[in-house]
Amino acid sequence: MSLEKKPAVESHFKSWWKSGAPWIWLNAGAVSISVVVVFGLLALIASRGMSHFWPSDIQQMQYQTAAGEIRIIGEQIEHENIAANQFTEIGLGAAPEGVEYVKRWLIKTGNRDILPADFRWIDDHHIKQIKTPEDLIVVERVEWGDFYGYLKSVSELGKQSSTGETAWSDLEQRLQRVLDLRDEQKLLEKSEIGAINYQLERLRLKRRGHELDGTDSKENLAEIAAEEKALDDQYQALRSRLESLLTAIARDSAQFEVMDGSIVEVPLKHMVSVLKPNGMNVFEKLGYYFINFKNFMIDDPREANTEGGVFPAIFGTVMMVLLMSILVTPLGVVAAVYLREYARQGAMIRIIRIAVNNLAGVPSIVYGVFGLGFFVYFLGHNLDRLFFPEAMPAPTFGTPGLMWASITLALLTLPVVIVSTEEGLARIPSSFREGSLALGATKFETLWKVVLPMSSPAIMTGLILAVARAAGEVAPLMLVGVVKLAPELPVDGNVPFVHLERKFMHLGFHIYDVGFQSPNVEAARPLVYATAFLLVLVIVLLNLSAIMLRNRLREKYKALDS
Amino acid sequence: MSDQVLTHAIDPAILSGGVEHLKLEDEDICLKVKDLELYYGEKRALNEINLEIPRKRVTAFIGPSGCGKSTLLRCFNRMNDLVDSARVMGEIALDGDNIYAQDVDVSALRRRVGMVFQRPNPFPKSIYENVAYGLRLQGINKRHILDERVEWALKSAALWGEVSNRLNDSALGLSGGQQQRLVIARAIAIKPEVLLLDEPASALDPISTLKIEELIYELKSEYTIVIVTHNMQQAARVSDYTAFMYMGDMIEYGATDKLFTNPDKKQTEDYITGRYG
Repeated sequence: MSLEKKPAVESHFKSWWKSGAPWIWLNAGAVSISVVVVFGLLALIASRGMSHFWPSDIQQMQYQTAAGEIRIIGEQIEHENIAANQFTEIGLGAAPEGVEYVKRWLIKTGNRDILPADFRWIDDHHIKQIKTPEDLIVVERVEWGDFYGYLKSVSELGKQSSTGETAWSDLEQRLQRVLDLRDEQKLLEKSEIGAINYQLERLRLKRRGHELDGTDSKENLAEIAAEEKALDDQYQALRSRLESLLTAIARDSAQFEVMDGSIVEVPLKHMVSVLKPNGMNVFEKLGYYFINFKNFMIDDPREANTEGGVFPAIFGTVMMVLLMSILVTPLGVVAAVYLREYARQGAMIRIIRIAVNNLAGVPSIVYGVFGLGFFVYFLGHNLDRLFFPEAMPAPTFGTPGLMWASITLALLTLPVVIVSTEEGLARIPSSFREGSLALGATKFETLWKVVLPMSSPAIMTGLILAVARAAGEVAPLMLVGVVKLAPELPVDGNVPFVHLERKFMHLGFHIYDVGFQSPNVEAARPLVYATAFLLVLVIVLLNLSAIMLRNRLREKYKALDS
Repeated sequence: MSDQVLTHAIDPAILSGGVEHLKLEDEDICLKVKDLELYYGEKRALNEINLEIPRKRVTAFIGPSGCGKSTLLRCFNRMNDLVDSARVMGEIALDGDNIYAQDVDVSALRRRVGMVFQRPNPFPKSIYENVAYGLRLQGINKRHILDERVEWALKSAALWGEVSNRLNDSALGLSGGQQQRLVIARAIAIKPEVLLLDEPASALDPISTLKIEELIYELKSEYTIVIVTHNMQQAARVSDYTAFMYMGDMIEYGATDKLFTNPDKKQTEDYITGRYG
């Protein structure tokens, strides 16, 4: 039997439409756009952020100004083209004849302590000559940013010890000594002196506690005083060790010729690293690149967060997300079990369910305000009154901190966990419940031993969504515990090791702070990208581990699919 | 087609019809149903059921779909309690005690009255843990006791030989027939008095069905078995007594060979000869 032939012209479009092909194109198009946007964003962040760690060449330029020819030493950051007439109008001088656009360069000249600014714009047509001399040196410093110059001599205690050819290797050796000493100094300050300070503070609180309780008998006070005395003696010993270290660190200095020809002395105690990027080949630069990136991950920030690393922010972010997960999972699961399994399904439960779903849409800053008002000021203040009266009026928990931030975010992500757990519970076939009940299990035993394990993949899905949301959240955190610079990590060697009352740093807030609150915008910009890249990386890693866990659970409870 | 193959495995005495009929009056009654009515909301699903189920015999419920045979079966271990709209009136006595009395511990009842469902429903745990599940619920956690009981239950369910070397594998890796025997092992591991089977072979292939039927024949020396089936040949093969139900009514109840060869009611005869249903 043959099919009837349709009129050719009309049927072509109609049959194409009916075949569903346009929908497939539409769907595939939407997916492609999403993928392109996501990967484009990641590529932008990665390329801008990661290029920051590359040791670029340093140029020396002869530059013509109205006052005469000057020498400029610096790194070309970027360039822009300005229309010639606009160039003249904004008072940058006469544009060269016959060109439509004027090219300008942004040069990082460094040496923030001796120049008016460490970035400047120069006109391309005024550059006479560009050289990349191999003996130009970049000094990364503890403060004042990078330093560019030619090494002239190295001196010890003000007396010259080497000049010319031998100065560079001498400088490298002496810098290594300073770096070793500085590590020792940090260890001494952070762990040993830090521990003594911590114990002294505890003794002070203990004495105050005795006073408040009326147990400040002579024996008690004498005991505390004796301990204080012992600690103070230890402190004095450490103090003198620290002072001798500091003197040793301050011993050497180096003299450089900078771009205006003058000689500048840079003490080695200010240096972090020295290198000659112009003389390095690609592999040397690559090695240095990875060292730079590693340091960015493991160092503390310096210079109002515009230099150094972001380790405390990474640590704070991960710690906060983990605490949030620990808090939100049991709470969300228990609530979902009640809503789905125990509560009588009716109008009331429907209203509660709608309310829970709507909680997910409340702006996060509202949670922040709630957290500050209820958790920090109300709960925290009352906790302090009950358990930490000796520290008053200084608050312990009555101030923003890691614990309150985690609880606030747990509240924020609770609806996600409840909704996905409820869906997971609803998907368990009743035959499994009946099988368990028929063996004499109670409803609770059935839930606990059969239903909840089987819905664990759905619970994990909720947790994954919660982690993704919580790790990227910044606004509420600014109110309940995140600070620009936290002097101590929430975990350290002092008993009880985990300090939930402490404030912490967060990558998201770090981006905001470095990018928009920093005094030196040009210097900070690459850091914004690098930090954003790290934040994405941290979230991806947290999610990947949760997804791997979920896949293992799915494999274990795959009965649902059959 | 497969029925002819299967008949060889079953005790030929039941089919031969030459032996004396079993008589209910001679039996030790295990479950006694009195004026049982069940409503789903406004709809009445069971009408004044009166029934006596003898101990250590196989009793089959047959009837067309929706006649209430599964509903009646689920009354014996109060599975209908799970349905919010279900209401039960009348009483069922297990060894003389009404299981619908106020103070009955439902979990304890279900430990005495085990149940196997239409589709095999092993938990997503190991074979061992599936069988041990009911024992662990009772607080039995000693390894040697569990080992012993699991082995005993798997042997009773004729599964031990097939799984003894992979007890720690997932139960979901077993075939449908093996899963159903595992579920039976799980049910008898806690040593119930009564075993309720709700169409236990309807989701299985003929060979697996044969094994289940053989198993039922084995088990009746230890347990009172009540089986729901839509397969009349199966009822005829495995059961000692048969109840025919229609539209929530108990139409006829009696010894299986009597009911199948010489039913009292016209309705029963019409059904078993395939005139309706």
